[in-house]
Order: sequence, then C-alpha cells, then structure tokens
Amino acid sequence: MTQPIDIQSLRTKLEGSRGREYWRSLEAVSETPEFKEFLHREFPQNASEWLDPVGRRGFLKLMGASLTLAGVSACTRQPEEAIIPYVRQPEELVPGKPLFYATAMPFAGAGMGLLVENHEGRPTKIEGNPDHPTSRGATDLFAQASILNLYDPDRSQTITHLGEIRTFETFAAALKDVVAAQKGSGGSGIRILSETVTSPTLNAQIDELLGRLPQAKWVQWEPFGKHNTREGSRLAFGDYVEAQYAIEKADVILSLDADFLCTGSSGLKNARAFASRRRIEGDKAQSIRFYAVESSPSNSGSKADQRLALRASEIEAFSRAVAAQVGVNAAGEGGAPPAAQAWIAAVAKDLQAARGRGLVIAGDTQPPVVHALAHAMNEALGNVGATVTYTQTAEARPSNQPQSLKELVGEMDAGTVTFLLILSGNPVYTAPSDLKFDAALEKVALRAHLGLHHDETAARCHWHVPEAHYLESWSDVRASDGTVSIIQPLIAPLYGGRTAHEVVAALSESGPRPAYELVRAFWSGDGITPRQAAAPAGGGAAVPQATPAPGRGVQAPAPAVVSAFDHDWRRWLHDGVMPNTAFTPKAVTVQASAITAAPASPRAQGLDVVFLPDPSIYDGRFANNAWLQELPKTLTKLTWDNAALIGPGTAARLNLVSGDMVQLKRGDNEISIPVWIAPGHAADTLTLFLGYGRERAGRVGNGTGFKVNALRTSAALDILTGVELKKTGDSYELASTQDHWSMEGRNIVRVGTKEQFEKDPTFAKKMELQQPTGLSMLSQQYKYEGYAWGMTIDQNVCTGCNSCVVACQAENNVPVVGKGQVLNGREMHWLRLDRYYTGDIDNPDTYHQPMPCQQCESAPCEVVCPVAATTHSDEGLNDMVYNRCVGTRYCSNNCPYKVRRFNFLLYSDWYTQSLWPLRNPDVTVRSRGVMEKCTYCVQRINQARVTAKLDDRQIRDGEVLTACQSACPTEAIVFGNINDPNSRVSQSKKSPLNYQLLAELNTKPRTTYLAVVRNPNPELEPTPRAAENGEGGHQ
Amino acid sequence: MADHQHPQSRMNAQAEKQLLARTPEVIAPGHTFETVTETISHVVMSKRTPLGWFLGFGIAFLLLMILNLTIGNLLMTGIGIWGNNIPVGWAFDIINFVWWIGIGHAGTLISAILLLFRQQWRTSINRFAEAMTLFAVACAAMFPLLHTGRPWLAIYWLFPYPNVMGLWPQFRSPLIWDVFAVSTYGTVSALFWFTGLVPDMATLRDRAKSRAAQTIYGMLSLGWRGSAKHWQRYETAYLLLAGISTPLVLSVHSVVSFDFAVSVLPGWHATIFPPYFVAGAIYSGFAMVMTLAIPLRKFYGLEDFITMKHLENMAKVMLATGLIVAYGYTMEAFFAWYSANTYEEFMIRNRMTGPYAYMYWCLILCNVIAPNTLWIGRLRRSVPYLFFISFVVSTGMWLERFVIIVVSLHRDFLPSSWGMYGGTRYDWSAFIGTIGLFITLIFLFVRFLPSISIFEMRTILPGAEVEEEHP
Repeated sequence: MTQPIDIQSLRTKLEGSRGREYWRSLEAVSETPEFKEFLHREFPQNASEWLDPVGRRGFLKLMGASLTLAGVSACTRQPEEAIIPYVRQPEELVPGKPLFYATAMPFAGAGMGLLVENHEGRPTKIEGNPDHPTSRGATDLFAQASILNLYDPDRSQTITHLGEIRTFETFAAALKDVVAAQKGSGGSGIRILSETVTSPTLNAQIDELLGRLPQAKWVQWEPFGKHNTREGSRLAFGDYVEAQYAIEKADVILSLDADFLCTGSSGLKNARAFASRRRIEGDKAQSIRFYAVESSPSNSGSKADQRLALRASEIEAFSRAVAAQVGVNAAGEGGAPPAAQAWIAAVAKDLQAARGRGLVIAGDTQPPVVHALAHAMNEALGNVGATVTYTQTAEARPSNQPQSLKELVGEMDAGTVTFLLILSGNPVYTAPSDLKFDAALEKVALRAHLGLHHDETAARCHWHVPEAHYLESWSDVRASDGTVSIIQPLIAPLYGGRTAHEVVAALSESGPRPAYELVRAFWSGDGITPRQAAAPAGGGAAVPQATPAPGRGVQAPAPAVVSAFDHDWRRWLHDGVMPNTAFTPKAVTVQASAITAAPASPRAQGLDVVFLPDPSIYDGRFANNAWLQELPKTLTKLTWDNAALIGPGTAARLNLVSGDMVQLKRGDNEISIPVWIAPGHAADTLTLFLGYGRERAGRVGNGTGFKVNALRTSAALDILTGVELKKTGDSYELASTQDHWSMEGRNIVRVGTKEQFEKDPTFAKKMELQQPTGLSMLSQQYKYEGYAWGMTIDQNVCTGCNSCVVACQAENNVPVVGKGQVLNGREMHWLRLDRYYTGDIDNPDTYHQPMPCQQCESAPCEVVCPVAATTHSDEGLNDMVYNRCVGTRYCSNNCPYKVRRFNFLLYSDWYTQSLWPLRNPDVTVRSRGVMEKCTYCVQRINQARVTAKLDDRQIRDGEVLTACQSACPTEAIVFGNINDPNSRVSQSKKSPLNYQLLAELNTKPRTTYLAVVRNPNPELEPTPRAAENGEGGHQ
Repeated sequence: MADHQHPQSRMNAQAEKQLLARTPEVIAPGHTFETVTETISHVVMSKRTPLGWFLGFGIAFLLLMILNLTIGNLLMTGIGIWGNNIPVGWAFDIINFVWWIGIGHAGTLISAILLLFRQQWRTSINRFAEAMTLFAVACAAMFPLLHTGRPWLAIYWLFPYPNVMGLWPQFRSPLIWDVFAVSTYGTVSALFWFTGLVPDMATLRDRAKSRAAQTIYGMLSLGWRGSAKHWQRYETAYLLLAGISTPLVLSVHSVVSFDFAVSVLPGWHATIFPPYFVAGAIYSGFAMVMTLAIPLRKFYGLEDFITMKHLENMAKVMLATGLIVAYGYTMEAFFAWYSANTYEEFMIRNRMTGPYAYMYWCLILCNVIAPNTLWIGRLRRSVPYLFFISFVVSTGMWLERFVIIVVSLHRDFLPSSWGMYGGTRYDWSAFIGTIGLFITLIFLFVRFLPSISIFEMRTILPGAEVEEEHP
C-alpha cells in the first residue's frame, strides 16, 4: 500500500454515497488494489490459496487430519443449545457489568429503600438505598434474604380454582360476578383481609372499592403488627400516632422490653443513630448510657450499658414505678419487684438529669399501658420535640388489628361473609388459635387468596393467585417516617404473578389494569379509576406535589414526550425515594386521665410466655428461605429450629437442660417444644418464637421447628401468663453453631468501661498476651507497595443483627447445607457472628464478634497448602484458588480463627434451575471437595479496579464496599486501603481501641477489632465490668 | 544348586561363632540346611492349602471388599460421608495414616538397622517384618490420597511435575515433604524386600514341581545361580540398601510428625514431635510384628525359627520405645505448664479432663502402664501375654494419634468454633477395610512367598561354620 491516496477522489466518493456508510480507513474508501489484495489475504474466507483444487494426496492428508481432530473435539460433547444474541441491545447494558435499580421492600408495615444489583436482567443482590431515610444504605437480614424468595422453586406458579389451573381473566370474571351479585347489598358480604397496607396506591384502590360498596369491610392483620404500640399511642394521645425517635440526640435511653436496634421498621435507622453515639473517635467516648429492661434477651439488650432481666409481666409495674419517680402523675401504684428497686431510683435519676436528652422506648410486646407510660415519661422529661417526635402512622388506616380480625372471624362464623379476598399473608397459620380461623374460613362461600406460596391459607381457599414478588412488581410503599418509594420491578414476573393492585383492580368497575398504570395514575393525579378519584387518602400531609405544579413546565421546556410528571416519575424511580414525602411532626398531648384509668395488669402467676417473631424466619413467611433457616440466630446460634428459651435459673429449678422436650399448657391449648437455655433470660419466663412448624411452606420449611401458635390466643398475643410446664422426658437435637459461650478467660473480645477508657485509652492493647518480637528470620518483611486492603470491625457498635452474614451469603454464592450437616459442624458461612457472654449467667454481658477471614499477612494457612491453592496477593489478600484446591483441609486445621469452610459434599445446588439466575456471576459456584472462605469480596475490588483503571486513577476510599460492610446498619465494618493514611480504615486502625485478635501468634491479621467500651452506672455496678476479661491478659 | 550357602559367613566366621555361642536360641537345635529349607519352603510349595488359610483369607478378603465399597462411596459422594468437620478437619483419615506408617517402621528397623548392627536374631523375622512394612505403607498411603476432597487431582498435583503453567507444589508444606518421605520409603522398602527375596526365589524355583511355579519363581529370581560373584554383588547391594533404609527409619516418621509440628495449633506445635513419633512408630511396629509372628509360628510350626528369644527381644524393644513414648507424654504436659501459654495449658487440661478425657486415659493405660509390665521376665516370656500386649500397644498407638489429632483440633484458639467429632460408619469401615487389605496381603504373602528368609536362616546354622572350616 505504497501508492499515495488521492484525497480528492476520496471526497467525491464519500459525497456520492447515500445514507450513513461506515468506513474503516482511507484505503478502504479509496478501494485501492493493494487494499483489496490485503483484504483478500487477511481474511481466510477469501484467501485464494484455499480455493486451489485439492489433489488426491492433499485431500487424503486433510481428511486424515480432520478425522483425527474430530476425534479430539469429540472428547467434550458440545451442548445442543441455541445462542440468540440481543436483537436490540438494551441501552446501558454491558454484559458483565451489573446495573443497580432503586426499589423498596414492603415488610411488616413499612417499606425499606433498596438498590438491587441486576446482572443482564436478573436481580442477584440487594443493597440498601443510601438516599432512603430508614435504610441509609444498610439493610436488614430479611431484605438481604428476600432475593432468595424471588427464586424460590416452591413459589406457586399458576392461578388455581379448586386445584384446577385457570387464567387471570377467569379469576377477574369471577370477581366481577361477586361484585355484581353484591351490588344490591352494598357489598355486605365482601371482606378483604390484608396485611398492614402501607402502599398509598393500594390504600386508595381499596378506599375506592369501599366507597362503591359501603357495606364491604377491609381488615388488616399482621401477626406481629404494632398493635400494642398503636393502642398505646391511642391510649396516651387519643389518636394513632407513630413515635419517631431521634436516638442520636439521646444521652440516656431506657428501653422497656424494646428491641429497637434490630427489629421493627425503624430498626436500621435506630441502629445507625445509636452507633453514631456509641462509636468512639480518637480517645473521646461520648456520654451515652443505655438501660435495657427486658424479659427475653434481645440484640438491643446486648448493647445495653446496664441490663435488667425482668419477667415480661413485671415490666409494667417497673414502668409505673419509674414513671412515678420522673413525675408522671398518672403512673399509679408501683409494686415493682424488689430486685428492681435500686434500678428504678438510678434510672429515674439519670433520666431526670438528662431532661430533653433522654428517651424512653417501649417494646412492641408490652401492653398499651406501658407504651402510654413511655409517652408520658418522655413528655414529663421534656424529650418530646427533642429525642422523640410524633407523626401519623405509616399505614394510612391504622386500626386495632387483633380486634378487627376477631370481628371478621365472628362474621365469618355467622355466615354473613360470602366472599373473602385474602391479599397476601397466611392467616390460617398466623391467626390467634382461639379464633379458629381455618374453621371459620370454611363457612365463607367464596374465598380467594393471593400469595407467594400455595400455603396453608391457599389450601383452604377456592381461588389461589400467585403473587408477584416485590422484585417483580410495580407498587409503592411508605417507610416508617412516611417517605414514599416507588417499587419498580427488577424482572418480569417469573411465574406470571399478580400484585395486590391488579387483584383489587379486578374488583373495580373498569376491571383489571396493570399495576404500573395504577401506580402511575395514582401519583400523576389521574386517579386510579378512569374517573377522577377522591384525593388519595393518608391524611393529606404526606402527599407529594404530584399534580403538575404551576410553572414547572415553563421552567424546564422538556421535549414534548416527557411531561413534568414523567420527569418527576423518572427521578423517583432513579432515586428510590419521593422527595418531601416524610411526615411532618404532629403536636399531641398525653391524656393523663386515660393512663390513670387503664387498669394495672394482674400480677403474674406461674410461668410467663412471651411470643416473638422468629429472629430469622419472622412470622413464618420466610420459612422456605434456606438462607434464613440456616442463619444462626444471633443469641442462641440455633439453626433450622425454634426452641423455648428459658433462663438458666428457671431451667435448673425445673431440672431442664437444652434440648429437653417440654409440654406447655394453658387451658386447653398445649404444645410441645424443646427448651434452650438462654443466659440472661428473665426468670419464670419462656420465649416462644413463631414461624416454625409450617406444613405447606415448601421443601425447605416444611416440618422444621415447632408450631407454637396453639398457645397464642387473641387475649394473649404477646404475653401469656400462668403457663404450666411439663417435662416429657424426651429430648430433641437442636443444631447450634456455637456451643461455647465463654471466652475461657482469653482476650478475644476486649472490654473496658468508659471510666477505664478515659484513664487509659489503650487498655485493649495491654491485654495482649505477649508481643511477638524477632520471630522472623528475614531481616526485611514484604512491602506492600500499591493497595493494601484491610478492615476494622467496631465491636462497640455491632448489634449482632445478622445482616452481614446473609449479605455475605447472597454476595458470595455461599451454599446451605441443612440441619444434619450443621449438627456435624459443617455450616458454610464465610462470615460468622461469634457471641460471647461474660459475668453472671443470669444476666451476663453479651458481645458480638463478626468473624470473617482475618486475611493474615503471615497466614498460617498458606504455608501448609501442598498445592499452593491458597496464596498471598501483593495487596495482602489471602486468595483462595478453588480450581487448584485438592481439599487436604490442612489450611483449616492451621487457621487459628477457623474461618475456612470446606465442601465436604456437593453443597451448592447445581440442579435446581430456578436458583441458577440467583447466583452472583462474579463469584465461582464451588464444587465438592474444595475449601472456601471470605475473600474480602475480591470481585468487588476487581470491579472497582477496572473502573479506576479506565478512568486512569486510583481506587477511591469507600469505592469498594464489602458485602458485609454495605449491609451493616451501624457501619461497624470499615474496609479500605491501609496504605492510604487518609482512608477511613487507616483512621479507624489508629484508634487506641484497635487490636489484633490472637496477635501473639504473629499472624499479622489485616482485619482488626475495636474494643468495647461500656458506660455502666457506677451506682448499680460497683465492680468494674471488665474484671473477667482481664483475667487472661497481662502476661 | 540346591543349597545357596551364605558366603558372608566366611568373612567373619569367628565373630559369628562367638555370637552364636552367646545366642543359641535364635534357632532350635538339630536343624540342618535341608530341614531349614524344607520347613520354610514347604509352606509355599505344599500343594494343599490348609483350611485355616482359606478361613482367615476369606475373612480378610471380606474386609477388603468393605474397603472397596467405602472407597467407591467416598469417590462418588465425597468425604462428607466421614465425620470430619470444621474444626476437626482431620480425623480417622490421618489417624489411620500415621498409625499405619508407624507400624511399617519396625520392618525397616529390623531389616536395616539390626542388619548393620549384626543382630543375628533378626534373620528369622526380617522377611515378614519387611513384608509387613510394605503392606502397612500401602495401607497408609491410601489415606493421604483418599482424605483429600478431590483425590483425582491430588494424585498428581502433589508431585512436582513440569508443566506449561510453571506451577509447582508448595514446597513449604509438610504435606509435600510427606509425599517425598512416604514415596521414598515405599520404594526403598519394596526394593529391599525384593532384593532379599531373590536367592529364596531361586530356591523355590529349583524346588517347584509345577511348570507355572517354575516359570513365575524363575522370573522373580532374576536368573540367580548362586555363584560367588552373585553372592558378592548381592551382599554389596543388600548392605547398600540397608544403608539407604537406615536414615529412613528416622526420617519418615519425623517428616510425618512435621505435619503437626509445623502448624500453629496447640497440641501439634511441639519440638518434641520427631523423636517422640519415631519411638512411637517403632513401638507400634514391633507390636504388629508380634501380632503377626505369634500366630504364624504357631500355625506353620515355625517355633523352631521364631523362638522365645525373638519374642523376648521384641518385648524388650517395645518396653524401651514405650518408655520413650511415655517420656514424650510427660514432656508435653511439662511444656504446657512451663511455657505458661494459655492455649497450651488449656490443651493439656482439655486432654485430661475434656470431653475426650477417656481417650487420653485409655491411651495412658495402653501406652504407659501396659508396657511397663514387660519389666517382669515371666510376662515377657509368656506367649499369650505378649500376644495380648501387642494388641494393647496397637490400640494405644491408635488412641495416641486420636488424642493428638482430634482432641487438639476440636478445641483450639477461639471457643466460638469449638466442636466435637464422632466417627461415622464409613470412618470405621475405611479403617477396618485397610486392616482387611493388610491381612489379605499378609495371607497371600505367607502362602506364595517364603515368610522367613531361607538363605539367611541357613547362615545362622552351626553347619554354616562347619562348612566354612572344612572347605
């Protein structure tokens, strides 16, 4: 191609061409003979040599060679699968690069803002939405695990009528007939039973329906709804309000049986706020003291500076006594247990000293009067407006749910209900046992159920409609503070599921409409029915300015296709929150007379039972979620089962050990369940967790655990007194992942008091056994030049909420092994939460220690691997090469932290097709016989590395968040480059509380821990708390 | 060529004469070259296989089939069929490995070290002690391979073979040292054993009646004619091999002990391990030789060749090595106390009082108390008692490995990860199965090969000297 190119002729050529013509080079355009020749030689299909006639010899040679090669290729049989490329590549979609979409998860009466990672159109991982007020980027374990529910192979997949497959159109027609038949009576036979509805659109839809059919009724039932909280606020204020806590402003917190740091719709927000006060920056500890009074040990209680274990039924008396001392006139008689007397004075003194900076929180299980007392105390202490504000509730129609369910069942029994529409939820399983919901259901002429699973309720309904998972749905939801998020689908419904919107719309006059249209119509102000609906319900205060605001269109002359609403809509979808939809505080006053009038609950006799949702599978809705079933519950470390928790003292008195089967009886109701001794559990009280003993949960949940619902009646939804316990003599094997609760005097979790810390900020370092010196033969240690990844875990703020454990499981395709394997000590969690107790077994201090791979610089695992399957990267990562691993397990034996996990069998589910799209494509699905462990989410590091390299820059601090870190509500886990002195992790490692676990082994772990500093009340605890801890140290 | 008298006797006749004078019991009086050859080769040459052989072989073969089933299931399902878990990553698999490899040690010690020390009494037991070594190594070698998660890869990735990826094994890992130690040991033991067999193969070839036996033994005898040249070269080769084997007695089990000593685990990380393991190995090895020799001499009427002298000597070796082992236990406890290390202290306390304390105290009974009864001469010369004590010692040594491996692993640094271990039926079937393999091989060996070295026995006959003096 030496011939010069004639530019002029090129121009003419290009001008003469029509349309958009692509050209590769100037030579290509000019079509020089050299270029043609080049092309001819370059691309084999044109190569002239190959067209030469094949001689006999040549032919035989070729044939021989191809036969041989054919034989080679036959070694691996190619699958007969058609590969179809995108006909049109979706915009922004780059294969291998995940996209994140904002959505929200509706759960137990509030929404949580999420960002969902989407790989080529399939959601794989859930993260919190940093812009969402109750998430702030964190998630709870349920949100993390909910992605597995999406891909649950046992989800119901077809609409059925009496077991026969039907179409949605048939169902809609059936609904239409019902409405037509009921039109005359105003819908007097129609009842809708839903869970707590916090979707403004759905609420408006049902309101519209009830408007047309005034005799129809809508009942909400949430088995662990906030019925006590709601009734408590009505008792105190005469109105349903939601208390919004500003924990970050509180100096003294008193929790009355409230697990406010981990559970409930504001748990994440509260945990973050609490952590902001608890976290120690530099050598200054903030002044915050947290008193917890509780019956069943909770995660919040484990973070308390001062914890008192009281029977659930005694907490009311305790609250009255404290209230009386802080100046609530209406408190009534004390009668608090003598053990608590010292406490009452001390707590009252502290609360009074911190007027306007204190906070009293009552727990959901406590009766309304305790809530009312808490409100009264906050008011008396001047905390209202400072640490607590009141707003309307997240649900637009707050109600006394147990009461309305009872009324509904009464009507069903009376036969006046002719059509019952159950919008998700499983009331046959969750309804209080005395209502005999299943029997009443049989008396309803026509029953329809919308649900994710063909569960106990679906089995008793004529119609069952598979529900769309929230990741497949268009909807909207309010967070506990009122902020609205639009729920947008991440994937088309896998099994053609329908949302509640669509089902309710089928009852409307206009017939079924897609949820997308309904939600959009609601927020655009077009109304959810073709004719203009009344203003959306919800008190008005929180409805955003959705109707086109004057001037908006003028300001931004957008293209004609994008209306002002579309502009907003896109922003809401993108951000995951609707701005300015949070509730504004309401001014409310405590009506003291009402509290005075409320009778004191009778003194407890015999044994108390407290009902709580299971910490892992909640009320049973996650029973078929294997991640949650196998998740060790933080305080008991039990998996796959529930047990009746009992205090050590009571257990000793009743001659019980963990695993003993007992019969619990109250009246005619009786259950059998194994007991589990829980240090710190209140005496004469048992905690029963609901959610287990499901019969129609699916392949995972069926038959796990024990059904305790029989004891839970509408009269005693939360606390049942006077329970008789009988030991049956049988025992049951419970699978716990941590059998030892003592630290054996070792310096594992290092604890000091605030006083001790202020005197000597480096107390934790002084607990080291022996500083290793001169242990290496090499004069010079390896220098990490580029990035050096490291992590700190602040045990001071970790609440042990388990989000990180599930997040890790979801991110890293960690398999589930089943109860039998857990019993054998083969659980696979890469990150485990170690839980230790110190002190008095009846009321111990509880510590949580998240334990991922420590990524040792001198890793004991690396030198012993015979095939070099675990090696050290130049960034300090202890890499695991699955392909190379032959599975000697020597690395695990030599790991002092025992964080390595071995695939003793083929644990990864390779055969359930519905689970395939769930897997993170960036992480290998491990096979049998290989070792695995935490990688510091190396796939995320590499993802960031690619991005940074493309931008020709360093990876920024905070650009890589490990899965555990991003899920953590308290930001206890900090990860980053320790070579960068300004990174957060470097700053954190400079803390005087920073220490290496088992430093005496000279493993030089990259993961380090921050010691715990607590602030006990010296009046209540004269002896320093760290006494036991120090025993193993100071050598 | 009927008799291949040993020319070595010429070289140090005087010394041997004195030796024999001192130790006449190594062979019963009245034997001639012919009777020795006849008695030993009769076992092999006899047309009639005793019914007892079939019975014993049948049982052993059944156990071997159990091993096959276990291995089949293991390869199909995964090592999860065993009870291993986290924290107890190694259990029966490695216990059995160390136990078997330890047993092998007596063979090498008898063949090589006692040969170099000119312990004449070794001649009647060295052949089957060597066979025992070889079979024990075969049983042992199975475990490091099968205990891996992916044995189909472990079988060659552990060897340093050149490959395009430039990927080598991790030479710092004691498991790699194991590969070399055990494979060297296996090779040298096999060579040593076979070299020792060559002159006897020739004897059998010459005495064989059937064509097949003549052919097979003929091939195995490698054309041995018994010429002086043969003998001279043979002697040199045999001594060389003995020289090579000698360090192996010390090195193999030292390397095996490094699997533990190199780690950071309390209970493993101890400098005393190499000598203590070697002593333990010889201890258990002699127990196994005893276990085999006593029935062998009884059923095949070889009491004349394996005399009380042999049994008593072996008992003395067991007593001596048993005391070394006991010293090892004492030192472990002493170190734990003297180091003032929390983890070490806990480890010993946990051994003595933890959930597996019964294992520890059984071990002390078997390995410390039981061998001390051998101080008593009457017991040392009681064949039933020796047979019994040999089992006690074998059990004790198995328990020792259990205590070292499982009891150290089950509770280490962080109490959160403590766990328990229990062997499953496949753990037991793998163990019993290898015993089956071992006994099967022993039965085949006794039937088809001379279990006592014919030519070496002849050298200790008084006749060997006579011939020497009247050439």
